[in-house]
Amino acid sequence: MAVSARMDFKSRLRIWLPKLVLSPSLAMVLVFVYGFIAFSVYLSFTDSRLLPSYGWVGWENYSKLWRLSHWEISLANMGIFAALYIGSCTALGLGLAIFLDQKIRIEGVLRTIYLYPMALSFIVTGTAWKWFLDPGIGLENVMQTWGWETFGFDWIKNRNLAIYTVVLAAVWQTSGFVMAMFLAGLRGIDNEIIKAAQIDGASNWNLYRRIVIPQLRPAFLSAFVILGHLAIKTFDLVIALTGGGPGRATELPATFMYSYAFTRNQMGIGAASATIMLMTIAAIMIPYLYAELREKR
Amino acid sequence: MRALIYLVLTLCALFYMLPLYVMLVNSVKPLDEITGGGMMNLPQVFTLVPWARAWSSAQIGVEPTGLSPYFWNSIRMVVPAVAISTLLGALNGYVLTKWRFKYDTILFGLMLFACFIPFQVVLIPMARMLGLMGLAGTTRGLVLVHVVYGVGFTTLYFRNYYAFFPTELVRAAQIDGAGFFRIFWRILLPSSGPIAVVSIIWQFTNIWNDFLFGASFADANSQPMTVALNNLVQASHGVKEYNVHFAGAILAAMPTLLVYIVAGRYFVRGLMAGSVKG
Repeated sequence: MAVSARMDFKSRLRIWLPKLVLSPSLAMVLVFVYGFIAFSVYLSFTDSRLLPSYGWVGWENYSKLWRLSHWEISLANMGIFAALYIGSCTALGLGLAIFLDQKIRIEGVLRTIYLYPMALSFIVTGTAWKWFLDPGIGLENVMQTWGWETFGFDWIKNRNLAIYTVVLAAVWQTSGFVMAMFLAGLRGIDNEIIKAAQIDGASNWNLYRRIVIPQLRPAFLSAFVILGHLAIKTFDLVIALTGGGPGRATELPATFMYSYAFTRNQMGIGAASATIMLMTIAAIMIPYLYAELREKR
Repeated sequence: MRALIYLVLTLCALFYMLPLYVMLVNSVKPLDEITGGGMMNLPQVFTLVPWARAWSSAQIGVEPTGLSPYFWNSIRMVVPAVAISTLLGALNGYVLTKWRFKYDTILFGLMLFACFIPFQVVLIPMARMLGLMGLAGTTRGLVLVHVVYGVGFTTLYFRNYYAFFPTELVRAAQIDGAGFFRIFWRILLPSSGPIAVVSIIWQFTNIWNDFLFGASFADANSQPMTVALNNLVQASHGVKEYNVHFAGAILAAMPTLLVYIVAGRYFVRGLMAGSVKG
C-alpha cells in the first residue's frame, strides 16, 4: 500500500515536472510584468503623487495629461523622431545591404564596421555625438579653425533642430543592424529567380524594384516592428545626448514619464503616460507576435 | 558603376567610424588641444592621463573615485544575471519544445511580449517591490530585475534552437528510462553550445548597456557603469574635461566591444534571432 502510494507520487511528479520547471519563470513574468502593468494602469486612475495613493480619480490624470504642453511636445517629437528614424534606418540599411551583396571583396570588414555601434550603450553613443556636435568644441569649431569661418552647425543647441541630432545618433546606432537583417533576407532569395530575370534582360534597377525588394517583405516587417518599438522606448540616448533640451525641445514620452513619475512627484500622470506608451507598443507587437507564433505550428 | 559602389560603401564606413575615431584620439590628448579646435586632429602630445583620471580619480557624483568602482558594480551585476537568465531560458526552451502541453504557445507568447514592453510601465511597482523585498538599491535587486526582463529573450533563443533538435532522440532516451533532467543534462545541453553563446552575448550586451533600471533602482554603492558615465559627463560643476569623458566612454564600451569583436559572428546571429525569426 505504502509502496504504491509512493509510486503514484513519483509518476505524478514525472508528469508535473516539466510544468514545475517552467513555473518559476512563468510566475516571475506574471507578477513582475502583467501584475505590475495592472498596478501601473490602476495607479493612472488614482491621485498618486510622490508615493502611490489609492484615491480613485477616474480619467482625471488622462485629461490633465492631454492638456499638458509638455506631453504635446513629447508626442510631436515622437512623431518626427519615429518617422525619420524608421525611414532612414530602413533606407540606409536596405541600400547598404544591396551594395554589400554585390560580391564586395572586403564585405566582412565593412559589415563589422557598420554593425559595431549596436554593441555600444546609448549612453556612450550619446556622449560621443554630444561633444562632436557641440558648437564650442566639435564640428563647427573644427571647420572654423580649418579656415571655413562662416561654417555654422549648432543644431544640438537649437530648439527647432535639436530633435534631428537625436535622429542622427539613433540612426548611426541601429542602421547597421537593419542592414544585417536585409542582408540575411537577400541571401535567402533563390538565385534561380534572379538568373531567370537577368536572362530575360531585366535591368539591375528593375530586377531589384520588381523582383528582389518585394521578396524582402518579411525583413521589412521585422525591421518596422523592431524599429517602431525601439523608437517608442528611446530614453537613454536623449538623456545622454541632450537631456531633453534645449528647454523641452527633445523630450520624448519615455523621458516625460520618467520626470513626471520620479522628479516632479506626479506619479498618477506618469503612470497614465506609461499606460499610453504600453498600448501603442501592444498595438504594434501583439499582431506581429500572434502571426509569428501561429505560422510556426 | 562598381567604383561608385565602393565609394559609397567607404564613405558610409567613415561615417560609422567617426564617433569611435573622435573618442579614441581625444581620449589621449591634453584638454587644450580639444578646446583649441583640434577635435579631428591626431594628438600632438600623447598622454594617458585622461584614461587614468577616468578610471580612478574623476569626480562621479560627490566622490572623486573615477569609474572603477562602478565598473566592478556592473561586473557583479552582469555575471549572475546572464548566468541565471541563460540557464532558465535553456530549461524553458526544453520544456516548451520537448514536453509540450496544452496552451504552451500562449504562455510562451506572454513571456515573449514581456521583452518588448516599455519598461516605464513597470518602474513604479518594481521600485515598491524591491523595497518590500529589502533589495532596494542593491546589486542583487538589479540582478533580479535583469533576470525577470531577460528571460523572455533567452527562452525565445533556446526554444527556436531546440525546435530543430530531433524529438525522437528524447523519446528514445525516455524509453531507456532516462528522466527529465537526465535527458536535458546528457542529451540537449551538450549540443547547446552555439545557442548558449548567442544567449550569453545578447544578455551580456543588453544588461551591461542598460541605463533605465540602473538609474531607477541603484544607489551610490550599486550604480552600474552606464549611470556613472552619464553622471561624469553631465556634471555641471568645474571645467568640462572632454578628454576624460571620452576615455570614460571607451571604458564603458570596452567590454561589449571586445565581445563583439571576438564573437561578432555569433552576435549577428543572435540579433537575427532577436527579430523573432527562428
